[in-house]
Amino acid sequence: MTAMTFTETLVHGHERAFRPSTLTPMQKLTLKYVVFGLIYYAFAAIEGMLMRINQVQPQELLYPERYYSMLTAHPLVGIFGSSYLLVFGAFTFLVPFLMKKPLWSFKVATWTLWLIVGGVFTFWLDGFISHYAPLYTLYWPLPADFSQFHPLSGAIFITGIALVMVGTGLFVLNVFKTIAYTPAGWEKQPSRELLADALGLSTLGRILRGRKAKPEAEHKTPLAVAAIARGTIDVALNVAIILFTGVLILVYMVAKLFGADLAKTSVDALLYKNWFWWGLDLVADGLVLVFVAGAWYLLAQLITGRQVFMAKWARMALGVELVVSWTVWSHHLLSDQAQPAALKVGSGELVTAFELITQGLAFFITLATLWQARPLQMTMPLRFLLGGLTGFALAVPAGIMQADAGLNRVLHNTQWVVGPHVHVAVLVGLTMTLYAAVYLLLPILTNGAQLWSEKLGKAHFWLHLVGGIGMGAFMGMAGLQGMLRRTIYYNGEYSSYMWLAALSGALLLAALACFLVNIVMTLGLNGAKELFTKSTHPVDQLVPEPVE
Amino acid sequence: MVESTTVLWGQTVVYTLYCVAILAVIAWVSVRLTKPPGHATVVPPKLFYSFVGLLVLIGVSLHIITFNTIPWVPDDLHGDGVTAAKTYAVTVRDHTFVLPEKQLVVPCGQTVRFSVTSEDLTYGFGLFRADNSLVTQMQVVPGHPNNLVWTFPKDDVYSIRSTEYSGPKGDQMIVKDAVRVTGCAKG
Repeated sequence: MTAMTFTETLVHGHERAFRPSTLTPMQKLTLKYVVFGLIYYAFAAIEGMLMRINQVQPQELLYPERYYSMLTAHPLVGIFGSSYLLVFGAFTFLVPFLMKKPLWSFKVATWTLWLIVGGVFTFWLDGFISHYAPLYTLYWPLPADFSQFHPLSGAIFITGIALVMVGTGLFVLNVFKTIAYTPAGWEKQPSRELLADALGLSTLGRILRGRKAKPEAEHKTPLAVAAIARGTIDVALNVAIILFTGVLILVYMVAKLFGADLAKTSVDALLYKNWFWWGLDLVADGLVLVFVAGAWYLLAQLITGRQVFMAKWARMALGVELVVSWTVWSHHLLSDQAQPAALKVGSGELVTAFELITQGLAFFITLATLWQARPLQMTMPLRFLLGGLTGFALAVPAGIMQADAGLNRVLHNTQWVVGPHVHVAVLVGLTMTLYAAVYLLLPILTNGAQLWSEKLGKAHFWLHLVGGIGMGAFMGMAGLQGMLRRTIYYNGEYSSYMWLAALSGALLLAALACFLVNIVMTLGLNGAKELFTKSTHPVDQLVPEPVE
Repeated sequence: MVESTTVLWGQTVVYTLYCVAILAVIAWVSVRLTKPPGHATVVPPKLFYSFVGLLVLIGVSLHIITFNTIPWVPDDLHGDGVTAAKTYAVTVRDHTFVLPEKQLVVPCGQTVRFSVTSEDLTYGFGLFRADNSLVTQMQVVPGHPNNLVWTFPKDDVYSIRSTEYSGPKGDQMIVKDAVRVTGCAKG
């Protein structure tokens, strides 16, 4: 067999190993989630890089209105467009895979994909054209400040977010239904027991009755499914909060479009802030941490082929994290003087500190699982899993520090918050965990395609790790010198730090380029095109039947 | 009273040391993961429980330590109950700080209160040194009292800057040299 030329590999993929005609509808759908997730990751990364350049030296093209609309869209595209699609795609495949039964509804999963893809594009395009820029925080009454933003642009933006939330709601439905339902022709499934086990209610009941938690082998749902189910509770609550808030804002916009100015004081700004942060924290301090812990456990299990270390504790920590995520929002309001001190200390400081414990447990359990399986081969999934662990090991303590009444006074809204905490958590912790899952699932989802270049994969890893940590570190250093996170500096006040942060950002872009080239060369352009053709397999088939 | 720069210096040292330590641990584990173990590789449960205990200890002690060492925390949490030598009423509207005087003259070493009211949007109220480093700040929420109690330990001149985003119009909400602290230099 002759070696393939570069062009042949580009068109047909590495060794022609990827044969899209063999894919099931579920595999194709999951790969579509990944493709769009990566496209939106590239959107967010390019926008992030443009903003990094603007922080070095303000650019004429990025005048304040455009800059702030980019600042508004950037995290929303990153979280909803990229992280949600990658996570939802993976879980839509993994829940039936782990539960050993078909997905409840392929159609609903398809709707989820297109609603999120369409919704993200709607609000991104609206922000790009009209410069609607209330930031993701939407502090009342800024989203309805019609002296700065046109009500129509706001209404379109909020509609885009609402589409994402409807798609997300359908994902929630599909996850719980898949866990609980009985597929046609199957023996009746114990729906209640399955859900109670996944959500930890059966364990809670045992503990309340003074009995010990069950051994891992006796659970009706795998640990990873328990993590997905518990994180999905936060997803559902978040959908409810964001949709309600969106409707509230839309009422003001629609009224304005019809010529009526509703009184902004009808909504209490502090109550709204509490309410909205409660909902937002279900993402940042809830589903992200629960999903990530679950993903670490699953990756560690699949990499080592062993049961997770201290699985009973791992399962309980997932439940504790879920409850903690409902009670930590006040750490965002430590600099709000009207916020009651009891909430600042109780929710803002003490309960938030529990995240150090729950995430620390997940970190320890994952490392111990890997450690007990030595020697391991340093594969791409293992490499990126270690990267993900590193990200959260750095970012969680940074967050705990800023969730302190004393330190928050000098850290709130500075680059410290968004650098060592947010970007290191999202880019290094979350994204590297997602990359680990992508590398691990690649052969399963493509029926055996092998990575084109291991070297390029390693370059992807190191550039991303160094770029992500470096960017967070230099932003943090600027933050400690007083640099604010949502401010344009026109006189080069922090340019040395911002140069270094921009160089680190460039490493992240280079890492993305390595990954994309590697994936395209692995699958081939033809393969990507054929993802959008109809599969010949039945929709309830997860992976093709092995050939006899 | 120590300056906020001292607190931030302490935090920088602690966090940097932590980062170096945790990166070293992960790097060591990563290298060892690929090597055949020389002995049985069982992680003892007592190591796990000790780690849980350590996390609890750190989580709880952090706030106890900062409450007892960062001077502004008790005042901050007691809020309106603190007696202030002087109160400065500041209003914010249309992305502009309206001060009672062109420059607020603040007695050094005495506890004062900045009472800031927003008439429209959510803003921030931050005091910054000439080198742009942050002295202190609070959020300014419309419809609510926003009182920042502070004691300045040395003479200096500070600028006021909004520390919260309030739309593109709030891009440069700065009042240069708005606060002058005097009275400590002689002492």
